[in-house]
Amino acid sequence: MLTVENINVYYGAIHALRNVSLQVNQGEIVSLIGANGAGKSSILRTISGLNKLKGGKISFLDKVLYESKTKKNIFGNESFTTTGVAPHSLAKMGIGHVPEGRRVFPHMSVKENLLMGAYSRKDRDFSESFENVFEKFPRLKERIKQPAGTLSGGEQQMLAMGRALMNQPKLLLMDEPSMGLAPMLVEEIFDIIKEINSKTGTTILLVEQNAHLALSIAHRGYVIETGEIILEGPAQELANNPEVRKAYLGE
Amino acid sequence: MELIQQLINGITLGSTYALIALGYTMVYGIVLLINFAHGEIFMFGAFAGLFIVTVLGISNLYLAILGAMVFSMGLGVLIEFIAYRPLRGSTRLSALISAIGVSIFLGSLMVLIRGANVTSFPRKELFTMKNIEFYGLSISNLQIAIILISAILMISLQLFVNYTKIGRAMRATSMDGDASILMGVNQNSIISITFAIGSGLAAAGGVLWGLNFSSIHPYMGLMAGLKAFAAAVLGGIGSIPGAMFGGVFLGVAETLGIAADLSKYKDAFAFAILIIVLLIRPTGLFGRKISKKV
Repeated sequence: MLTVENINVYYGAIHALRNVSLQVNQGEIVSLIGANGAGKSSILRTISGLNKLKGGKISFLDKVLYESKTKKNIFGNESFTTTGVAPHSLAKMGIGHVPEGRRVFPHMSVKENLLMGAYSRKDRDFSESFENVFEKFPRLKERIKQPAGTLSGGEQQMLAMGRALMNQPKLLLMDEPSMGLAPMLVEEIFDIIKEINSKTGTTILLVEQNAHLALSIAHRGYVIETGEIILEGPAQELANNPEVRKAYLGE
Repeated sequence: MELIQQLINGITLGSTYALIALGYTMVYGIVLLINFAHGEIFMFGAFAGLFIVTVLGISNLYLAILGAMVFSMGLGVLIEFIAYRPLRGSTRLSALISAIGVSIFLGSLMVLIRGANVTSFPRKELFTMKNIEFYGLSISNLQIAIILISAILMISLQLFVNYTKIGRAMRATSMDGDASILMGVNQNSIISITFAIGSGLAAAGGVLWGLNFSSIHPYMGLMAGLKAFAAAVLGGIGSIPGAMFGGVFLGVAETLGIAADLSKYKDAFAFAILIIVLLIRPTGLFGRKISKKV
């Protein structure tokens, strides 16, 4: 469904992603695990078009999203030309992104935030989607008129997820949904991620520092270290891999 | 009575400041740019009104305002496209310098077209003045019209921004640009719409200004623009109600200052108030603390 081929991303002089390739198949939960600053979020941001690639190709449902090719100028110096879709059109194509740090619209009510989630939809009848979101996150319904900035961290995470679900995405990119949340809430959130995947068949690409949790709900996983994918495989296999256990599962 | 009289005069002047201030504050809210060419858009709006009346011979107040608004909307969008869009993503300073360049260019362009002299604005063709006297107050129907038209425009803006899908996308973009892209908001069109609305309001302000003072000139945008900018900062830049309040507040303060026989310092009031408010409340009266966008 989503294919990332040999992408490279730079932040100024820093080479943040080096020849990263990964594949997400329809109906899967795929987890990307790695330490802080390894480049996990950069991958998601690049897929969403918020980072520019220099080299590589990303396609979604057999459509090329971005492609970056090298070009030699007359002096023989290489430069990159990147072509691709406008970042804002991804929502319409069915890619949802729950960003790192939730990024809800703080001075808008819960309802308005959810309406923003449905911004790209052509139909105007959101009642079913609202119900679906409120069924998963009843607390959002209680706070429907409250400004999002006044919600607790857990509620904001729920809102960010609900906002993405309003667009009925085919692929959901989730960036650190457990960050800064109480353990109880983290479990609740992960149960819901699993439910989103199993009930509606939404494909999920999950970025997590909490490797144990991330691998426990995923079908497959990738381990990323300083901008490179160093390991990949079925989630169970990764969880049993001695190297992974040592580095990420605290053993 | 004298005080109330001056208050009404002040609100009349202030509502034009407010109309201009809205453009500064909206553009800043979306792209974090002080659009220094905004005063010139206001000036072009006034001249567009003049053109509609004298050259096209349409002497209807509402059509003149509407025509000037449409013209300036196009001008604002064009300026953004030519002078700011290519600089998006570069430092904020270069966009600011570009804005100052556009401001000088437009001012000089109008001098080239019309000469640097003061032109009288055809108030008679657009409006039959009548004074309404009661309880010792003398209010002209023009003042009432200016205040009403400004109020209608500002209320419509509030309704648009708060209750339409595009308005919601504008607010989302100003709160968190990246997050709004993830929702599918096309930043370029939101920015163009913002420039169009801000410029349209400034043009309406320009025509009302022409009616109020019955004269316009190519450099009128300079001082009016600076004062409206002061009003926007005073109200809290990025805040729409702040710009409305700031504009009216400055207009009233200026008029009261003149009434207190300090007319020599007329232009200094706006900036003195601005300095005082910024010393006490750096985010302006209605401003929110802006966390730096990365």
